[in-house]
Amino acid sequence: MSEKKQFVAQGRLIDEMSLKNRLVELFTKWEVILSFLFVVVFIFFTNMSPYFLDWFNLMNATFQFSEKAILALPMIFIIMCGDIDISIASIIALCAYVIGISAEAGASIPTLIVLSLLVGSAAGLVNGLLITGLNMPAIAVTLATQNIYRGIATGMLGEHACTKYPQGFGFFGQEFIPGTIIPFAFVLYLALMLVFFFVLHKTAYGRRLYAIGNSAETARFSGINVRRTRIINYTLTGFFCGISAVLLASRILSVRSNIATGWDLEVITLVVLGGVSISGGRGTVFGVFISSLLVGYLKFGMGLLKFSGTVMTIVIGSLLIIAVLLPRLLDIYKANRKLKIQQGGL
Amino acid sequence: MPDNSFSQFVRRTFARREATLMVLLVVLLVPITVRSPQFLSPKNISTILNDMAILVIVAIGQFYVILSNGIDLSVGSVIAFTGMACGMINESFPQVPVGLLLLVGMGIGAGLGLVNGVLVAYGKIPPIITTLGTMSIFRGMTFLLSKGTWVTAHEMTDSYIALPRTTFLGISYLLWIALFVIVLFYYFSRNTRTGREIYAIGGNPTAAKFVGVSESRIRLVVFLISGTLCGLAGSLWTARYASAVNEMATGFEMQAVAACVLGGVNFSGGAGGIIGVALGTLFLGVVTNALPVIYLSVFWQTFVQGLIVLMALALNTISDQRKTRKLLEQRRG
Repeated sequence: MSEKKQFVAQGRLIDEMSLKNRLVELFTKWEVILSFLFVVVFIFFTNMSPYFLDWFNLMNATFQFSEKAILALPMIFIIMCGDIDISIASIIALCAYVIGISAEAGASIPTLIVLSLLVGSAAGLVNGLLITGLNMPAIAVTLATQNIYRGIATGMLGEHACTKYPQGFGFFGQEFIPGTIIPFAFVLYLALMLVFFFVLHKTAYGRRLYAIGNSAETARFSGINVRRTRIINYTLTGFFCGISAVLLASRILSVRSNIATGWDLEVITLVVLGGVSISGGRGTVFGVFISSLLVGYLKFGMGLLKFSGTVMTIVIGSLLIIAVLLPRLLDIYKANRKLKIQQGGL
Repeated sequence: MPDNSFSQFVRRTFARREATLMVLLVVLLVPITVRSPQFLSPKNISTILNDMAILVIVAIGQFYVILSNGIDLSVGSVIAFTGMACGMINESFPQVPVGLLLLVGMGIGAGLGLVNGVLVAYGKIPPIITTLGTMSIFRGMTFLLSKGTWVTAHEMTDSYIALPRTTFLGISYLLWIALFVIVLFYYFSRNTRTGREIYAIGGNPTAAKFVGVSESRIRLVVFLISGTLCGLAGSLWTARYASAVNEMATGFEMQAVAACVLGGVNFSGGAGGIIGVALGTLFLGVVTNALPVIYLSVFWQTFVQGLIVLMALALNTISDQRKTRKLLEQRRG
């Protein structure tokens, strides 16, 4: 009976929520804060540089961040389950190495793409099997494979740079959709983003990810194959590293062993800044979409204002820390507020 | 029965990672020495030991962070920042004595470690995220500090550059410092209250809290230790390589973690010891130095290190799971 009473009390609580309370609720939502920040960044850079708010420039800027934004999508799944993968930059290096030497050996464009996707998926699968097979910590395993994958590329390539590619390979990373000013890579990203939105928010698989992130143990007891899901997540991430490697190799048309270094940090930053909880179980694809655009245009704008890459690294690192710290503070604020409302203070 | 107790003694000794590592080291050294007899020459041995001196200092810092269930990915960047700072101080103020320079390095390192520690202990940000962020922040600060330039050998004082090479009783100062750090922290781990509390927090945070261990304080302390030791390592690094470069010690976190994992430190926290870490560092040093002997180019170094870590990690996990199972069986009676 007391339970019923509480339920009624809560119903009344929602009814009695004033407009002010509802507004506070809305504006302390992470996605709303991010969108607001995004607008601020746009207004700021438009005022600072005459070259910022220009359709052609804005579209051109997507070349710089589409590859990383694509990687952030499967990383949502991994972090959602409370896992982490810091080997993605090395998987890209491995895929790019395979693309580079195969192209030098005279492989066709479809062969290059298939090889890259296969190698990436295999590397991701190995990660997943190692982590779930012996139940080893994800951070330690991917730190090791980070060196193994990058090590293969470094060992095989040495100081060599692969610069010979078939005619037309540059399309994926350099060209626009014919007749428009929209880059192919950005359209690919948007399409993949919609797919991920659908999978995470509208399918059973997506709901399972939330369940695992909240409590892997509970999820296992409710019949979810946690081990298989985690392996799928890692393989998917490897597959997407393969896609990203094709775009990157096609964009810069030169593969060295140090390709894509530091991308682990940037991609994880995008996901965490997008509101995916690092301890798992919370986050949306929309949030990560906004954070990808936010970081992408922040870097573009800073580049226009002639900030060095160093300053940008510092900004990205700080963003990562702030992105984790701020929601914690917001949670505390919300909890205090709720307490006050329940006590009838507001 | 003396026979039985002897076999028990053997089994118990070999259950310890330190003994296993010693045996592995010898097993590894035999074919290497057969192939290249000068590998065990006093000169080569001292080269290996000096190469490993800086790593063991950093690995001990990393050891405490891993012991408390964390990880410090920012060690390479802390080394770079302090190394660059020490190099620039030495260039601008040559009159500053070398001893003071090392202390300044440790001070700067402690400051950076404090940033990590406060974010983890009081900001409640997971160590992996904190140090992934500060890794690039500290590296970026190094570039800002140096404005992209280097400090080269002839811009530094002779006494600073000579520090790692000067010997005392036939052993280099660099090695003496490393030995001192090993002994100091061996004592700290086993005989001080804070040292034991780090084990307690790593082993079982909830239980540790119930007996009155402050989790925040311990988390702050481990990052403070790691930062200070990285600061010391940074000031020594600049002297040893006679230059301060912005990219220095990139990827060093991997080697520090490798030394710990090899030494039997467990990622689930609460297990491992200083001697294990020192032996793990030595093992890593021998393998790295042996690469040319087996005609493997230095480009394969990253690969080999990654592979070693993975194998050691698997070994640790399997032996840990076996231990837990045995314990459960014992409890069932």
